[in-house]
Amino acid sequence: MENLIQVKDLFKIYEFGDIQIPALNGVSLSIEAGEFVAIMGSSGSGKSTFMNILGCLDVPTRGSYFLSGNAIGSMSRDALAQLRNQQIGFVFQGFNLLARTSALENVELPLIYGPTPARERHHLAKEALVSVGLSGREDHHPNQLSGGQQQRVAIARALVNHPSIILADEPTGNLDTKTSLEIMQLLTQLNEEQKITIILVTHEQDISTFTRRVIQFKDGLVLQDRLQHPKKTD
Amino acid sequence: MKPISSLKVALRALQINKMRSFLTMLGIIIGVGAVIVMVAIGAGAREMIAQQIASMGSNLLMVVPGATTAGGARMGGGSASSLTSDDAKAIKEECPAVKTIAPFWGGVTQVIYGNQNWNTSVTGTLPSYFEIREWALASGRNFSDQELAGAVKVAIIGKSIVENLFGSEDPLGQIIRIKKIPFTVIGVLTPKGQSSYGTDQDDTIYIPLSTAQKRVFGSRLPNRVRMIMVQAQDLSLMAAAEKQINDLLTQRHKPQGDQLADFTVRNLTEIMATAEQSAKVMSLLLGSIALVSLLVGGIGIMNIMLVSVTERTREIGIRMAVGARGIDILFQFLTESVVLSLVGGLIGIGLGVLGAELTSKFTGWNVVISILALLISFFFAAAVGIFFGYYPAHKASRLNPIDALRYE
Ligand SMILES: Nc1ncnc2c1ncn2[C@@H]1O[C@H](COP(=O)(O)OP(=O)(O)O)[C@@H](O)[C@H]1O
Ligand SMILES: [Mg+2]
Repeated sequence: MENLIQVKDLFKIYEFGDIQIPALNGVSLSIEAGEFVAIMGSSGSGKSTFMNILGCLDVPTRGSYFLSGNAIGSMSRDALAQLRNQQIGFVFQGFNLLARTSALENVELPLIYGPTPARERHHLAKEALVSVGLSGREDHHPNQLSGGQQQRVAIARALVNHPSIILADEPTGNLDTKTSLEIMQLLTQLNEEQKITIILVTHEQDISTFTRRVIQFKDGLVLQDRLQHPKKTD
Repeated sequence: MKPISSLKVALRALQINKMRSFLTMLGIIIGVGAVIVMVAIGAGAREMIAQQIASMGSNLLMVVPGATTAGGARMGGGSASSLTSDDAKAIKEECPAVKTIAPFWGGVTQVIYGNQNWNTSVTGTLPSYFEIREWALASGRNFSDQELAGAVKVAIIGKSIVENLFGSEDPLGQIIRIKKIPFTVIGVLTPKGQSSYGTDQDDTIYIPLSTAQKRVFGSRLPNRVRMIMVQAQDLSLMAAAEKQINDLLTQRHKPQGDQLADFTVRNLTEIMATAEQSAKVMSLLLGSIALVSLLVGGIGIMNIMLVSVTERTREIGIRMAVGARGIDILFQFLTESVVLSLVGGLIGIGLGVLGAELTSKFTGWNVVISILALLISFFFAAAVGIFFGYYPAHKASRLNPIDALRYE
């Protein structure tokens, strides 16, 4: 199988005057298309930093990153924006939906910045909302939805452009156990049925049991990288 | 992203923050409104002065009784020493720079026609009066030499007199009574409208000077005139005419010792030119005050857009995460500020026109609203939007996606 993601000797060092804080200390790994990966590790171990670099939201201090064979380091800001638009869907811990904006408009957002003609956007956004089990909530604003529903809207937004990767940084961090399990079932289903590569960050053991591969981070390094039998969702 | 999508995104963002949008526009509304009102007042003043100059006649000097100080304050006005028809005749005959003269004498009195009566100003003068004031007759004829010589009771009346006494009847050949004395109407003047002081210039009657002096408004001093209107041969001869008249009248009136001269020659054309100049300065001043307020409005837009960029940093981060390029963010914020200033500009134009009309209504000032002023302030508002919207928009577009997303 072709490597979708390949990173080599990735460093991210934050500088505060003379003090240097290394968040990533030389991470090398590859992820194939269609994988479902959990990244675990204690707080401050560099998980989010790594995810932001994978999502082309941030740039490494050193090291190389290839996505679908393209060297990310040599791409322009605009090219990265297009890549995020077409290939990557984000799910955040805090949902990051636009306030005072309907669920439908939130889901349409990535389409606005892509080539989709205006008249098709409504339809596609509605479809995405249906696929995450939110039909009938199109006109609700984020403050009229529960945490689980808001995260579903965010997942619909991540899905609407049919990305090859979904990056989810602690997607269940703000949710209760029952809702967390529902979100994990939804992600598992997307991975199995649509073959979307999903990388998720979590520090909860329960959550990591859903994935086939678990990567353990410690102090900006990969401590362990193992495969497991994922928990059956039904 | 297509421009139309960018416009939609911007409009939606403005709609979501209605209150902030309105407050941002307020500066532009006030700025544009102020420009319209101020320019309208300035242009109105200039137009009024121009009209006054046109209705007064050109190259005019006025000889008035009494001395004036350098400051222009009249001294000894209305004293026994006065101007006469003979002074006027002498000016015409002996001052080469003078083209023509029109002395006048009269007062306000009651006029009766049939069972209608009316109080109006009745002025005795010479036929040259209408020539100097460039005032044509609508019908009938001017005074003849015989009528002047014989103090004949004939009258030329203004448009408002026709309306008030005659209605739809033809006044020519009719008899009106001025101070109970019967006069035959021989002419009707073309309408001149309101003067700059708001008085009706057509509410007036003219009769031969001799008739006024001998039969209607008698005076202890025979041949007395109130003022002498003088028209110089040419604009370049105004100063010469002024000097010749001064010399002539000084010689005729012979002030004793340190006694001041009992007459003054005023250069009306010069006074008007000064007034015109000061109106010009005033409208420039008003215009620049208004422009400053428009500029302040623009800076207001910039301030609020800067605050808005900071406040919406996370929104910008979300948009960038889902694929917005720097230029999409730039366009969104720029479009927002341009839409704000254009809508603000339109409202400002509406309120400005209304404000100018109200000003005119309540103060009686003449205002002139020109399409050009409206267009200029509209485009200026747009320019303000682009100029002051660019910096915050550019700032927003340069944000790093991750910094924007993590912004608290
Ligand atoms: N923007 C930043 N500026 C400075 N230091 C940062 C920044 N983001 C993360 N760090 C530091 O980098 C390290 C890794 O952070 P992070 O990747 O967020 O860890 P995790 O997500 O695993 O909890 C931490 O020590 C954190 O303090
Ligand atoms: Mg984290």
